[in-house]
Amino acid sequence: MLYIYIYIYIYNIVRCGGSKVNLRPPIISTDSRFLLCASGDLVKVYSTRTEEWLHSLQGHTNQVTGIALNPANHLQVYSCSVDGTVKLWDFIDGILIKTFIIGYPLFAIYVSEKHEGVLFLHVSMATDSKNECFQLVAVHLPKSAEQEVEAKEMSVVSSHISSNPSCTAFGRGGEYIAFARHLQLNVYFFRKQKTCSFSLKATDKKGAKNAFTCIACHPTDDCIATGHEDGKIRLWRNFIHKKEYTYSTQHWHHNAVNTLCFTPEGTHLLSGGIESVLVQWQYGAGNRKEFLPRLGGSILHISVSSDGQLFCTSHSDNSKLLSFKCLFLPMLFMLSGDGVLTDLMIDPRSKALVLNGKPGHLQFYSLLRDKHLYNLDIVQQEYIYEAGLDQFEVVKAAFDIKGSWLATVEERGQKSSDLEFFLKLWAFDERTQSFVLNTTITAAHTDRIISMCFSSSKETTMLVTIAEDGQFKAWCQGADADTQQDQNFWSCDFVGSYHNLKPTNCSFSADSSLLAVSFQEVITIWSPETWEMLTTLCQPPGVIRDLCFGRLSCSKYLLGTTTRNLLCCWNLLTCALEWSSSVEVSKLQPDPLSENVAAFSYQSKHTDVFVFKPSEPRPLFTNKNVCSEKVHRAVFVPREEPLNNCDESSQWLNRSQLYFLTQNMDLLTFSTATEEDRILSSSKQLVIDDSVAVTPFYLLLGKHGQQQQKLNTQSHPAADKPQQPQGSVTIKELLHTPAHVLPAASVLCSMFVNSLLISNTGVQEEMDSEKEEEDSEEEMEACDSQQELRVQGSVDEVTLKLSKAQERELKRVRKTDFSWMAGLIDSKP
Amino acid sequence: MMSTDLRSAMGEFKVHRVRFFDYMPSGIRALAFNQDTERMAVARMDGSVEVFHCSDRFFQEKIIPGREQFGIEGLSWVGERLFSAGLNGGITEYDLTNQKVKYTIDAYGGPIWTIAGNQQGTHLAVGCEDGTVKLFEVNEDNIQFERNLDRQKSRIVSLSWHPSGSKIAAGMMDMIQVFNVETGHSMHRMLADRGVGTSRSKECVVWSVVYLSDGTIITGDSVGMVKLWDDQTGTLIKSHNVTKCDVLALSVSQNEDSLVAGTSEGIVVQFQFVSMVLGKDDKEWVRTRTFRNHTHDIRAVAEITTAVVSGGMDAQLVVRPLLDKIEERSAASALRKIHFPHRRLVACARKSGLMLFQYPGHLELWRLGESEGKGIPGSSLFVKRNPEKLLHLKVKGEDHIRCSAVSPCGEWIVYSTASTLRLYRLHCDNNNISITKISKLPKVLSSANQLCFSSDSSHLFSASAQSSVHLVSISQSGCKFVGTLKPKSGSHQAIHLLAASEDGKWVASANSDHEVHIYNLQTRKAHCTVPIYSSAVTAMGIHPATNCLFMMHADQQMFEYSIEQKQYTDWSRTVQRKGLHRLWVERDTPCLNVMFNPQNPSHVILHDMYMLCIIDQSLPLPDDKTQFYNQLTLKSLTEEQRKSHSHAFKVCKTFKDILCVELMPDQSLVVVERPLEDIATQLPAPIKQKKFAT
Repeated sequence: MLYIYIYIYIYNIVRCGGSKVNLRPPIISTDSRFLLCASGDLVKVYSTRTEEWLHSLQGHTNQVTGIALNPANHLQVYSCSVDGTVKLWDFIDGILIKTFIIGYPLFAIYVSEKHEGVLFLHVSMATDSKNECFQLVAVHLPKSAEQEVEAKEMSVVSSHISSNPSCTAFGRGGEYIAFARHLQLNVYFFRKQKTCSFSLKATDKKGAKNAFTCIACHPTDDCIATGHEDGKIRLWRNFIHKKEYTYSTQHWHHNAVNTLCFTPEGTHLLSGGIESVLVQWQYGAGNRKEFLPRLGGSILHISVSSDGQLFCTSHSDNSKLLSFKCLFLPMLFMLSGDGVLTDLMIDPRSKALVLNGKPGHLQFYSLLRDKHLYNLDIVQQEYIYEAGLDQFEVVKAAFDIKGSWLATVEERGQKSSDLEFFLKLWAFDERTQSFVLNTTITAAHTDRIISMCFSSSKETTMLVTIAEDGQFKAWCQGADADTQQDQNFWSCDFVGSYHNLKPTNCSFSADSSLLAVSFQEVITIWSPETWEMLTTLCQPPGVIRDLCFGRLSCSKYLLGTTTRNLLCCWNLLTCALEWSSSVEVSKLQPDPLSENVAAFSYQSKHTDVFVFKPSEPRPLFTNKNVCSEKVHRAVFVPREEPLNNCDESSQWLNRSQLYFLTQNMDLLTFSTATEEDRILSSSKQLVIDDSVAVTPFYLLLGKHGQQQQKLNTQSHPAADKPQQPQGSVTIKELLHTPAHVLPAASVLCSMFVNSLLISNTGVQEEMDSEKEEEDSEEEMEACDSQQELRVQGSVDEVTLKLSKAQERELKRVRKTDFSWMAGLIDSKP
Repeated sequence: MMSTDLRSAMGEFKVHRVRFFDYMPSGIRALAFNQDTERMAVARMDGSVEVFHCSDRFFQEKIIPGREQFGIEGLSWVGERLFSAGLNGGITEYDLTNQKVKYTIDAYGGPIWTIAGNQQGTHLAVGCEDGTVKLFEVNEDNIQFERNLDRQKSRIVSLSWHPSGSKIAAGMMDMIQVFNVETGHSMHRMLADRGVGTSRSKECVVWSVVYLSDGTIITGDSVGMVKLWDDQTGTLIKSHNVTKCDVLALSVSQNEDSLVAGTSEGIVVQFQFVSMVLGKDDKEWVRTRTFRNHTHDIRAVAEITTAVVSGGMDAQLVVRPLLDKIEERSAASALRKIHFPHRRLVACARKSGLMLFQYPGHLELWRLGESEGKGIPGSSLFVKRNPEKLLHLKVKGEDHIRCSAVSPCGEWIVYSTASTLRLYRLHCDNNNISITKISKLPKVLSSANQLCFSSDSSHLFSASAQSSVHLVSISQSGCKFVGTLKPKSGSHQAIHLLAASEDGKWVASANSDHEVHIYNLQTRKAHCTVPIYSSAVTAMGIHPATNCLFMMHADQQMFEYSIEQKQYTDWSRTVQRKGLHRLWVERDTPCLNVMFNPQNPSHVILHDMYMLCIIDQSLPLPDDKTQFYNQLTLKSLTEEQRKSHSHAFKVCKTFKDILCVELMPDQSLVVVERPLEDIATQLPAPIKQKKFAT
């Protein structure tokens, strides 16, 4: 079985109900150890110390639109989603505790300590997608023990709120909630049940744009900070009075303030905008402020840990930075949000995915570890964060087969007529383990470079570029006698053209003995050795869109796609068309490690994937309706260890994995069933028993529980429990469990040793098991206090689901149970 | 000068656009607000003191001209009495009824930097260059030195009384000293920090200090800080960095919940005493709003009940309303910038085409130019003869000119200072201009508050003390006192407006008590008094044909009073009944002149600083629904439709920053403009500030 595993990175834009819903601010757990981010339909948990992805909270079926720590239990987190549910998670262990069904698409969640059992949600009430109508509702969570509860008790706080979730914030101690929409600030006081509204003029004589963009409330004072479209920050006070309210204005940002955040102590206010500068205003000291500039893309959200030590900023380019006061750790995952201009590439050395990163950079992204490795500065110019500027951007990049050369093209003025571009060649420096600029070619062509590729031979590296000026050029290293230097620079080796037609694509054969360059409808085959044109291949009308040679056993084939919905395959030995098929192909991607070629076809508003071998026109694998957008970029990523999948339809995934990028900047991939099982297994293991809190501790000591449960079937309906893992699984559990939740080492030790023993058969086994029981009985006493705690915890959770009578029963049963155990031990010897 | 054809629905005029009156307003140095009478006293750099009526649309009620070398540093009200002190070392009391200096006494402490009166109205304290704070007892008709407080080493720059009157805080160089008034000894000495970096070597001047009733002392200093001190412990509570330059002025509101600070960058910063947690009492001073209405140093601020008033080197008085203190928004609650005095500085000899410009220290007489031919409306005409400066008349003595006049025939020029009145006769043969001073003036003409010639230039009216008007006949042979016109009411307030009728039968006077008296010149007796209206008269004129007195008031209301019938005319009653258009009432500068068009008796011409208006009394009055500024609309309509759309008010906004408009007998208008941009270029350069993206 094959299925699509959707791999949505942080900050992707999902369109829901016609409105744009941006990613929500990340939250830092109370102990500052974890960072939680809403990402697609997942909530990802990262460690703030190692910056590594730990696990994901999986369960929502649509975009997660908000996360908030449970104010009653700081180890739990609420998440809301467009699918109309709010889920409560234990985010450390990744367990779904409860699901509340609201029934409307939800867009943001707010919680407050003062309002226990009440969630505040942004709900879209719009029936037709055009007029956005968001409401702020308070939802009373029902105290039901079931896993899935329908929350029906709702009350509307405000029926007209901004779609931007940053425009709503809880005030000091949850006494009031402030929300802004356009030019109006509203403060709803819960105690008086009264709303105070304050409006600003749309513009004044000086051309200020006063629309609200974000809001933050001071944690201890009654002060509301609001950000505005023209970059002003206003601090509102005395807003209990309709007339005597007052505000002070600060102005530093030159563009809209995207986010505001007070530190937990309330001593500082943090603000961020497009300038990519984190501004730290001293609260109450007027203009005094500090800056943290050049953070990356424009700042979208800021969150602060509860101890005020960690700031987390999320940026439009999908990166997140954790800053530890002023010394900060650049961190985390980014997958550029503002559009990927380069192809998806794999760095042959690090096996990292390479694509546009920060503006003017290429980023290296480890798919295995889901981690951003580093950015390579290509443009080497300061990027100015301001809307409407035309700045250099990396548009093309290519690696040679060994990964020792990187070619990049940067371009400016795509929109205007005066195009500027540079071709740069970078050599891999073994010593520094990074790419070093070798050659910059300022006027490689007279017009824009359309495409480029390196030859695939291992001996000589050659780069071929094709451009809109109708020429293709081959570039070689060295051989320049004039510059008598040690270093070898790249220079032009050959310029070719064909009837002044515009080239569209170029490709080297697997052994680099042939170069295919397509000129409009004609494919020309050249020999790179002699630069002589060997043959031309014509095909039925249609401009060639994609061109690739077959690999390995199919290297005699050349594949091409045209704009007129045709996929052709030529046999280069006969120079004849082998087969052709009428299919609209938007992207053709060969696998470098096998003969397989993947074709993405966009038809009737969805994309289909075909995988085939050039030798036969029959697809190996077909998957219809992979996604609803066009796919223009795809890459095969070689696996570290090949899989041995014998299933015919998934064999093509054995050596490498196919990743592709949709127009919505979702990176998707195919994964096999076994992988999927592996991914899900851990979470499935944890979600087994509904009635008892599942901890690794429980898993270890589960045997007792099981025995007890058998006796208490009246209160514990027989749980459908899988066989407890033995041996290595237990060790794994032991090693993977955080130390603070483990019982004392003395307790574990004997069990651990026991688990390693090879059990004997017959009478001795019985003896052993009895002994084991005795042992564990002692352990029970030894770790009595810990047990108590645990029991308490589990009882608490039981109360969620059991009626009082049942609960009492359970307690009684537990008591008797223990005494019975004692009796048993007493009677035995 | 330019000549322009001004032709529109309101008629056709040739306009002399005069821009050669280089009037320079003087910078504002000090402000003092009297809560009880709602008067704002303003001291200017040239030593003049002006009194504005805050609840009457900030009308400039009184002007006391200054004198050379008479710089005022501080102003203080004690009850209804106004005192000033200056660098010449003297304390001056003003006679506000007669609008002149009452007396000046020397404090014998060198230049005085500051003056402050206590709330009880018993004492005045002045801070002197020699480091003493001198206390003066305020007696009924003078002040008397009482004693010195402990003498300090450096000059006293600012002073503030504790509301109880028992303590005084004094701002000095680098420190603030708190004195016990009883003992005269210093209670606390608080050191103000100098700035960081290079400014560390410069001493910190405590420019302004405010003592609150709860014992908080607030100071503004040259480092740019507003600091709050506790007078019990003498320690700093909080400091706000307001600016990189100096904080020059501070003012606290009456109920001590708001404080404004004026800086040398031209911004006013407001601090408010608000509770940090709603509904609780622990309040803090928090910086809230910032007002940027000035381009230059703000030398004085005052927070009055509903507005923040600020003035500085750019010579404009800015009234910024505090909307949270205003019950309902109205014309009275708009931002107001007062650039020009509410008096006429230009006199015009209508019959001979001469203009007399009044500067503080001299007079200038100009002859208007002539233009050629006719042009299309709005175009400028070729100037055939350039305007010509005929005369530059310097004032004798140190006093500045209080009022001046030129006779309609252009033969007589008269001006008055606080001490003297001089009458000149102008001889004009071709290009030879000479003047002779009329030497033997009647004794009553020692000084005048307002001067006016009769329309046939045979008589001079001089308004003097006790609201009386002296009548003097002037002729080639000399000058003869004819009589004194005295009002029946017995008001002592000075007259600020005089209007004589064309036929020489009537003269009307208006004084600061809002009284308008009409005198019959034939009987030389008071004829009648116009019913007193609550707002001051800003301009008035007697209609040449009907002998009706047309009055404009500071609140933009207009009245027409028939002198012969001693009652308001029907038109005036209609105006009052129907009310004026909202846009008319909301204008923020007073009308300064009333003229009549002899060719069209139903036309009344008015002007203020921003516009020129012709009121056609024959047309219907606009109500709030009609379009008020309808000139453009009317232009696009046909003759027929125009009739139904037109209303009595025809407003022309072609001209800006108007000082004076006068209608000449040849149906041409003289518009004297003083563009504010020209004033701005003549001001000293402001503090250089880094602007974003420069």
